[in-house]
Amino acid sequence: MTTTALKEWPLWEIFVRSKQGLEHKHCGSLHAADASQALHMARDVYTRRQEGVSIWVVPSAAITASNPDEKGEFFDPAADKIYRHPTFYEIPDEVGHM
Amino acid sequence: MYTQSFNVPDQAGQKTVAVTPSTENPELMARFDARIDADGRIEPQDWMPEAYRRTLVRQISQHAHSEIVGMLPEGNWISRAPSLKRKAILIAKVQDEGGHGLYLYSAAETLGTSRDQMLEGLHSGKAKYSSIFNYPTLNWADVGAIGWLVDGAAIMNQIPLCRCSYGPYSRAMVRVCKEESFHQRQGYEALLVMMKGTEAQREMVQDAVNRLWWKCLAMFGPPDADSPNSAQGMRWGIKRISNDDLRQKFVDATVPQAKVLGITLPDPDLKWNEERQHYDYGQIDWQEFWDTVEGNGPCNKERLATRVKAHNDGQWVRDAAQAYARKQQERAMKEAA
Repeated sequence: MTTTALKEWPLWEIFVRSKQGLEHKHCGSLHAADASQALHMARDVYTRRQEGVSIWVVPSAAITASNPDEKGEFFDPAADKIYRHPTFYEIPDEVGHM
Repeated sequence: MYTQSFNVPDQAGQKTVAVTPSTENPELMARFDARIDADGRIEPQDWMPEAYRRTLVRQISQHAHSEIVGMLPEGNWISRAPSLKRKAILIAKVQDEGGHGLYLYSAAETLGTSRDQMLEGLHSGKAKYSSIFNYPTLNWADVGAIGWLVDGAAIMNQIPLCRCSYGPYSRAMVRVCKEESFHQRQGYEALLVMMKGTEAQREMVQDAVNRLWWKCLAMFGPPDADSPNSAQGMRWGIKRISNDDLRQKFVDATVPQAKVLGITLPDPDLKWNEERQHYDYGQIDWQEFWDTVEGNGPCNKERLATRVKAHNDGQWVRDAAQAYARKQQERAMKEAA
């Protein structure tokens, strides 16, 4: 992160764990001056009705995303490997559930 | 939470948004159209035609501004709520509106506009927000009537937006709609309580409804025949149900609620049409609507001035938070060195 003076507070991505045992899920973003302020604001913006038991805040600038224009090539290697799915294999009925 | 089917231009005096002929790359355009036709979703990094992006930026930012300005007419009553219970409810509702504004600003920012740009548009008077907030809240019953009617109209408008083709907007709307039901119910219940009170209280409820009813019908935006851009919005999956259809749904849903409440709606032409299986209703004063949209409603200046003052009064807090964050960061870097 840069220390140059920003006109706007930086953007943070917010992840909320809705209850113990579940994963943190992305729920939106907000502007905050620093991480602890981002946490407090995320609590007020995204958990006003007990929607969460834990919050992660991540600087949006720290996220590297795959390029949607290359979605085809990027995900293509998995498209023709149907043998990775259990339904590819035929098992005699008498074996029952497997 | 509030919206207006409100894709009005931000420049005053121009009632329709010119749709410029597409000069986009035909191959990308075809791919975009195919995804829209398949009822797919568009995400921020996906290619989209400029006109689609512009329309969304305008609509989502106007929607966000409406949430933020919408805090003012009700915020006005927090210190004068008739009981601690009603005060707590009202604070929660107004806080929700602020939250809804934030969800929406974030959604608009994914399209490449900045928070500062949007706020500048609002504060300079260039950007529009829902016309309904430019009317005064004169008595406590107005707060209940806003919840029942204004939030009720907003829900009608917003539920179809949960299926909007632009992912971040539709996700924000899902969140908003979940919270919205409380707004309408608390308002209706507050009016029910007043209707069980004194004659004077019942008159207050009727008075509030009389003043707000027509403004709420106008919230759905101009009639379909005068909404040349609705078709484009429909084509793009931004708009799912036409202004007039939404308005009709609202009227049909509200008439029985008014009966239970024990008040009348101020429209002599309002009656059940057996053939259409809908309520007929009278003429909306569109001149008044456009006057208000263009800045000449009873409270336009006051609302904007209050909003700008709140923003300016908060400047030192934003500056201080930023200075503190910078100092902490510098300290951490020094310690690491």
